[in-house]
Amino acid sequence: MAAPGPARLLRAAAASSRRWLFSSTSPAAGPRPGCSGAAAAARAARPFSLSARAVLSSEDKITVHFINRDGDKLTAKGKPGDSLLDVVVNNNLDIDGFGACEGTLACSTCHLIFEDHIFEKLDAITDEEMDMLDLAYGLTETSRLGCQICLKKSMNDMTVRVPEAVADVRQSVDMSKNS
Amino acid sequence: MAGAGGRAPLGLRRWLSSAAPAPRVCVVGSGPAGFYTAQHILKHHGGALVDIYEKLPVPFGLVRFGVAPDHPEVKNVTNTFTQTARSGRCGFYGNVTVGRDVTVPELQRAYHAVVLSYGAEDNRVLGIPGENLPGVYSARAFVGWYNGLPENQDLKPDLSCETALILGHGNVALDIARILLSPLQLLRKTDITDSSLAALACSKVKRVWLVGRRGPLQVAFTIKELREMINLPGARAVLDPADFTGLESAVKDASRPRKRLTELMIKTALEKPVEMQAAAAGAAAPREWGLKFQRSPQEVLPSADGRRARGVRMALTRLEGLGDSAKAIPTGDVEELECGLVLSSIGYRSLPLDPAVPFDSQRGVIPNSSGRVEGVPGLYCSGWVKRGPTGVIITTMNDSFDTAQSLLEDLQGGVLDLSPSREGFGLVESILHSRGVRPVSFSDWEKIDAAEVARGKAAGKPREKIVDPAEMLRIIGH
Repeated sequence: MAAPGPARLLRAAAASSRRWLFSSTSPAAGPRPGCSGAAAAARAARPFSLSARAVLSSEDKITVHFINRDGDKLTAKGKPGDSLLDVVVNNNLDIDGFGACEGTLACSTCHLIFEDHIFEKLDAITDEEMDMLDLAYGLTETSRLGCQICLKKSMNDMTVRVPEAVADVRQSVDMSKNS
Repeated sequence: MAGAGGRAPLGLRRWLSSAAPAPRVCVVGSGPAGFYTAQHILKHHGGALVDIYEKLPVPFGLVRFGVAPDHPEVKNVTNTFTQTARSGRCGFYGNVTVGRDVTVPELQRAYHAVVLSYGAEDNRVLGIPGENLPGVYSARAFVGWYNGLPENQDLKPDLSCETALILGHGNVALDIARILLSPLQLLRKTDITDSSLAALACSKVKRVWLVGRRGPLQVAFTIKELREMINLPGARAVLDPADFTGLESAVKDASRPRKRLTELMIKTALEKPVEMQAAAAGAAAPREWGLKFQRSPQEVLPSADGRRARGVRMALTRLEGLGDSAKAIPTGDVEELECGLVLSSIGYRSLPLDPAVPFDSQRGVIPNSSGRVEGVPGLYCSGWVKRGPTGVIITTMNDSFDTAQSLLEDLQGGVLDLSPSREGFGLVESILHSRGVRPVSFSDWEKIDAAEVARGKAAGKPREKIVDPAEMLRIIGH
């Protein structure tokens, strides 16, 4: 394995920072970026363009609404080129078990369901993504893996739905606020 | 944190107002089932304390000892497990064999709830003559060998033959075929053990057949693993187009995974003639693998001197019924397949842990309803011991969340005895001490981990696994 590049380190740091319980970081194996071309280049350039990022106005950000399994709506913003997994990680969105393999196309835990008009315009799907979707729970006609979908301006204000896992059909119990 | 919404659960209010002791939960087994169960309980109950017990000094079960070394992506789940274990509300006690060092009833007396997530440590056997000949190995042992599982380090499989036969059409069978046929330079960069790498470097195996009792529509492997095998550098797929005749229309209405999987096999089988031409032109891959269907092993045949396997006699079968429930019925015809290496990959099997725990030996699982062990309040199960040894990581994740959910419901519903006398590890510690057992903590594991990573670094590997438990214990000064 090559030494992790800046983009990898960023993603690794992000992946651990989202962990709900704790704060320490751990080195993650290099994820396979789902977003290609300009997006990946933009990501690689991140550490060297902090000042440019600082002036990035909120209008350049893209708003995404996630309908969680319990029906709650989580709203977060991301930059063009961010994957939906990045958005969940960077904003600490609490979706159980999301992104278990950290964006390396080795699981289907970041499965999301899209609105028809957005789905139709998504970049073509690879065989490898299809292969993992085959194992996803609650697959629909407009399902994709969040780690493979990168934000574009045209996606602003879109709503994606987290599919129900078998385990979540029952009313969830949450006693997390009593600590 | 999202999730609770407006409906503060009843149990939460009761828990807050009565200042009841924090529920103490014990999880037996530190593989994905154990860690995902612990994670869900800790996340959705802000007061619960969870202790995870593990037989080996090192955590993560099949993520470390089952997942193929060339699948590091799947091992990323250990990052989340590590975060869970580092929680102030989570304890890890390795080097403790439940059922021997401490019994399940003893754990039940120490904890408010006990979750059994100890997996499937045994394998199904063929039950045919010759099964115990040298050259015949269980897939479980072979996987354990190349993944550094201490109990399998003496396996030393004989790889001096050219043809290997794997009985089974699951992902484990494909993992083994891939490890046997992968170019060495690919394996060198993985966390495969040094000794198995050395053995593979001397391997003469260049042909691997994966044999199943039923047909292409009944294969149990998943498409990612099949595609990986098809794309394996330096190895050619040999599929007989005749095996796939008429299947295109048969899968038209099948489920999407079955349909795509079958279509990929058909496509590969039909591409064969082109590759054959390339082979004739001298561009042949030196190694090859293939799928054989509708063959049921009858006997492992001994060599002339009777000292090792030289082949397997197969009963040809026809299928009765359709789809998953199709049965293989012997036609009466037999065939001998020559091979020097036989790997039986017909499934893992859970074992009963303790007489106090009900066990369905027919199905090899603990009888349960949504993870609640039948007839034993406060006892739960998750993972393979709950539903049988199948599925991928997301299956075990959902399954473990399901069990955790049942446990949380029972906490909320006041079903569990939350008496403060159940002190958790405090009680267990004295039992272990009296029996001379010294548990390994998670920070101990992190020292072993660091040692493994350091050893791997020199060789350009993510880690060099330590395969001797005594050496692990020396590193942490036990």
